[in-house]
Amino acid sequence: MQKEYLIAVEEFCVSHDIEISFISTLQQTGLIEITTIKETGFIDAGQLQQLEKFIRLYYELDINMEGIETITHLLQRINNLQDEIIALRNRLRLYEINE
Amino acid sequence: MIFVNYYKILGIDKKATPKDIKNAYRKLARKYHPDLNPKDKDAKKNFQQINEANEVLSDPEKRKKYDQYGKDWQQAEQFENAKQHQEQSSNYGGRRYSGAQPEGDFSDFFESLFGGSSTAGRSRQVKYRGEDYNAELNLDLIDAYKTHKQTLTVNGKKIRITIPAGIENGQTIKISGHGGQGINGGLDGDLYITFSIANHPKIKRLGDNLYTTADLDLYTAVLGGEITMETLKGKVKLKVKPETLNGSKIKLKGLGFPVYKREGHFGDLYVSYAIKIPTNLTDKQKALFIELSKS
Repeated sequence: MQKEYLIAVEEFCVSHDIEISFISTLQQTGLIEITTIKETGFIDAGQLQQLEKFIRLYYELDINMEGIETITHLLQRINNLQDEIIALRNRLRLYEINE
Repeated sequence: MIFVNYYKILGIDKKATPKDIKNAYRKLARKYHPDLNPKDKDAKKNFQQINEANEVLSDPEKRKKYDQYGKDWQQAEQFENAKQHQEQSSNYGGRRYSGAQPEGDFSDFFESLFGGSSTAGRSRQVKYRGEDYNAELNLDLIDAYKTHKQTLTVNGKKIRITIPAGIENGQTIKISGHGGQGINGGLDGDLYITFSIANHPKIKRLGDNLYTTADLDLYTAVLGGEITMETLKGKVKLKVKPETLNGSKIKLKGLGFPVYKREGHFGDLYVSYAIKIPTNLTDKQKALFIELSKS
């Protein structure tokens, strides 16, 4: 069984020096998921990397929420295309002559 | 060691105001930030350069020192000695974007002039995950066929990893917590290993299926029989049907590649027959072929 590590939203915001409203907006736009247990919001540790990226984009590069959404979408597309390239390259190897 | 022109890196002139520097830096940071250019080594390098340029030019003390001694960086030590009695440089330093980048990625030129990185310029002393590391591991098809352990050296640290059978060429696996150290007590980054699996001289792979060619002599192809062939699972005996055509294909179920992370599951092996025409025939053999051709 896979373990789930949850971090309290409030604790995360304190340690990262960000406003809770930023996390709420990310949740509203569907960029992250919040698990609520007994009225307390938690973030799955698996989302930490992505979440910290959003913080850097927003607070350091001054990219607004719409920009973050667009960037995330485009990066996902790039990622999918890269996976497709790998799959196609592997298929192409079938027809390549060994040197 | 070569002189690094920080003004040129940020695309500004020597008279640039702090606002000009900030704007130029932000513009370039948005272009080259590693979060926006994942897996792009050039962008990462550019980003480190602009970060370094900003670290110097946005700090009045450092900028002054750079302008004064930049090209004669060897004299920086003298400058330091002269300044020793003075108070430490101010904490102002402008904002240095973290960009999933740990401290210490500075050029030799910077280290020589300023003696290492300064964290004083960070305006946000917050916890950040460490940098993710990327590594490439070369395997051959036989290595990828079996689950095995391998020791890697990443940034001076030895890591023993288990490579599951059936790993795909180009596939990336994540080793949690083996990337760069977290910043200000943040979690350590992850290590991403991308596998490059070399072609096998005789066996080709597509997903979990394998493709190979078996040589067949003309007589066995015509009359049928049995041949032994080598597979990744060992030798197997194949029954050859009479009148087998050149290029015809058979499927050997379960003799393909192991399915990734599904122990006991294998793909199939497809064997194409390559019929070899006999050469150096004796007169008697030729005569028999002629007779055969007339029948």
